[in-house]
Amino acid sequence: MIRDITLGQYYPGSSWIHKLDARIKIIWTFVYIVSLFLIKDFWGFVTVLITLTLFISNSKVPLNFILKGLKPIFLIIIFTFVINMFMTKGTPIIEIGFLTITKEGLRNAFFMGTRLTLLIIGSSLLTLVTKPVTLTDGIEKLLSPGQKIGLPSHELAMMMTIALRFIPTLLEETDKIMKAQMARGADFESGNIMKRAKSLIPLLVPLFISAFRIAQDLAMAMESRCYRGGGHRTRMHGMRLEKRDGAAIFLMVLYLVIIITQAQGIFTLLPGIIH
Amino acid sequence: MQIQVKNLNYIYSEGMPYESIALTDISFEIKKGEFVGIIGHTGSGKSTLIQHLNGLLKPKSGSILIDGTDIAEKNVKMHDIRRKIGLVFQYPEYQLFEETVHKDVAFGPLNLGLTQEEADERVKKAIIMVGLNYEEIAERSPFELSGGQKRRVAIAGVIAMEPEILILDEPTAGLDPKAHQDILRMVEKIHSLTSNTIILVSHNMGDISKLSDKVLVLDRGRLVLDGTPADVFCQADYLESLGLGLPPSAYLMRELKKRGVPVSDNILNIEGAEEELYRILSKPI
Repeated sequence: MIRDITLGQYYPGSSWIHKLDARIKIIWTFVYIVSLFLIKDFWGFVTVLITLTLFISNSKVPLNFILKGLKPIFLIIIFTFVINMFMTKGTPIIEIGFLTITKEGLRNAFFMGTRLTLLIIGSSLLTLVTKPVTLTDGIEKLLSPGQKIGLPSHELAMMMTIALRFIPTLLEETDKIMKAQMARGADFESGNIMKRAKSLIPLLVPLFISAFRIAQDLAMAMESRCYRGGGHRTRMHGMRLEKRDGAAIFLMVLYLVIIITQAQGIFTLLPGIIH
Repeated sequence: MQIQVKNLNYIYSEGMPYESIALTDISFEIKKGEFVGIIGHTGSGKSTLIQHLNGLLKPKSGSILIDGTDIAEKNVKMHDIRRKIGLVFQYPEYQLFEETVHKDVAFGPLNLGLTQEEADERVKKAIIMVGLNYEEIAERSPFELSGGQKRRVAIAGVIAMEPEILILDEPTAGLDPKAHQDILRMVEKIHSLTSNTIILVSHNMGDISKLSDKVLVLDRGRLVLDGTPADVFCQADYLESLGLGLPPSAYLMRELKKRGVPVSDNILNIEGAEEELYRILSKPI
């Protein structure tokens, strides 16, 4: 059950997207997220969807594997959709008691829902095709100019590496404790919210204790190998840009241009220019 | 309480890129009151197998019959199965969570729907059963106990549910020799007092040979040997090829035999070895 959560997981593979430089992938994802908030109309979404489909099919990650990762966020998406639907003022279509669905609301709800879904799929694709360690290496490299103004880029990246590294460990631990308590007759699935929240205590207390124990062990192991942070550490695998990275940058610029032109509505202006 | 497992198969993370076959075509039978030892190399599927026995994992195919009822079927109440079959996980002390030992041990019985009074009584019985002093320990926090004591409290938490079958997954892992002996003696005592079925997973061949009526050997998800300790441990070379070994006394006998002492092959425990050595030494030369 708990193994099904795919958010933040790595899907092993050897596609060219897997091999892309992590920095490029991070910037691409960033551009992608920004683009989601730039687009305003249906055609914008089509552009994003085509791009996303292109990446997913090239990454060779099965679609249903990605969609499975959406499950935990599904409630949030529904919530956003409903809130937008009822809370936007405009021309009313349907009125149910004190609730009104407006035309603008429906449009907003649809756009927000799609935006959120695309956002999650896009950003989970980043972690699906990038090993956690490479990912944080990339973040460290990207943040390193900030060191001049006192940004602890190495420490931040290390913290992230550790956090990502321990997601599966803690999931496994949760699974183990859950099973152990279930063997003692604990019931995590039935009852009302209060009862369910209470039933989590036998799970959370041991989990916290485990987390602290793991953290302490790790700190000890790092210290015993003389780890002392960023200064003067070199890496075994340096990051070098390859041809495919150039291609990815080119695609990114192209994508950005298309999105911005669409957002500016230049296509609608075009006939005017021709005249 | 009879357990029958037929053609059990299980696969982890099916359909994922990292799927792995955990159990392949496992069939065996356990009679009421038997003491069964399960041995196997790390990753051979021991833990997966025992999690099937109380319904925590659902088999991919095959059936698990407990007294004739197939627990893999959908309409079986998990509650009833867990009442009958107690499972003590590896490092059970990591599942302690309550403020006091008493409350923690009472967690299982209360989940079964017993009244507070009934639960209190069972808690007391269980804590005494695992060899701890109830008055001394009941109101203390489980987190301030020693490793061995924590483990006993955790085991008591399962015993208090009074299961008819008790499954223990490496109950002595990571304990010092004395605590190891104490836990084993406790398991032995529980078996002789309740005459319940006990299933013990262990890496310690000496313990298994000493306690079990029947031994199951797993290798890479398959059941490769199933028989009495004598049947199983006479296949020394095969067991070693699986990454397992023999009880210490069997090793002693094997070495003696290699050096030309005419000892018997199927000596599994210290008592047997002692007798055999007496026999050899008292022979007139």
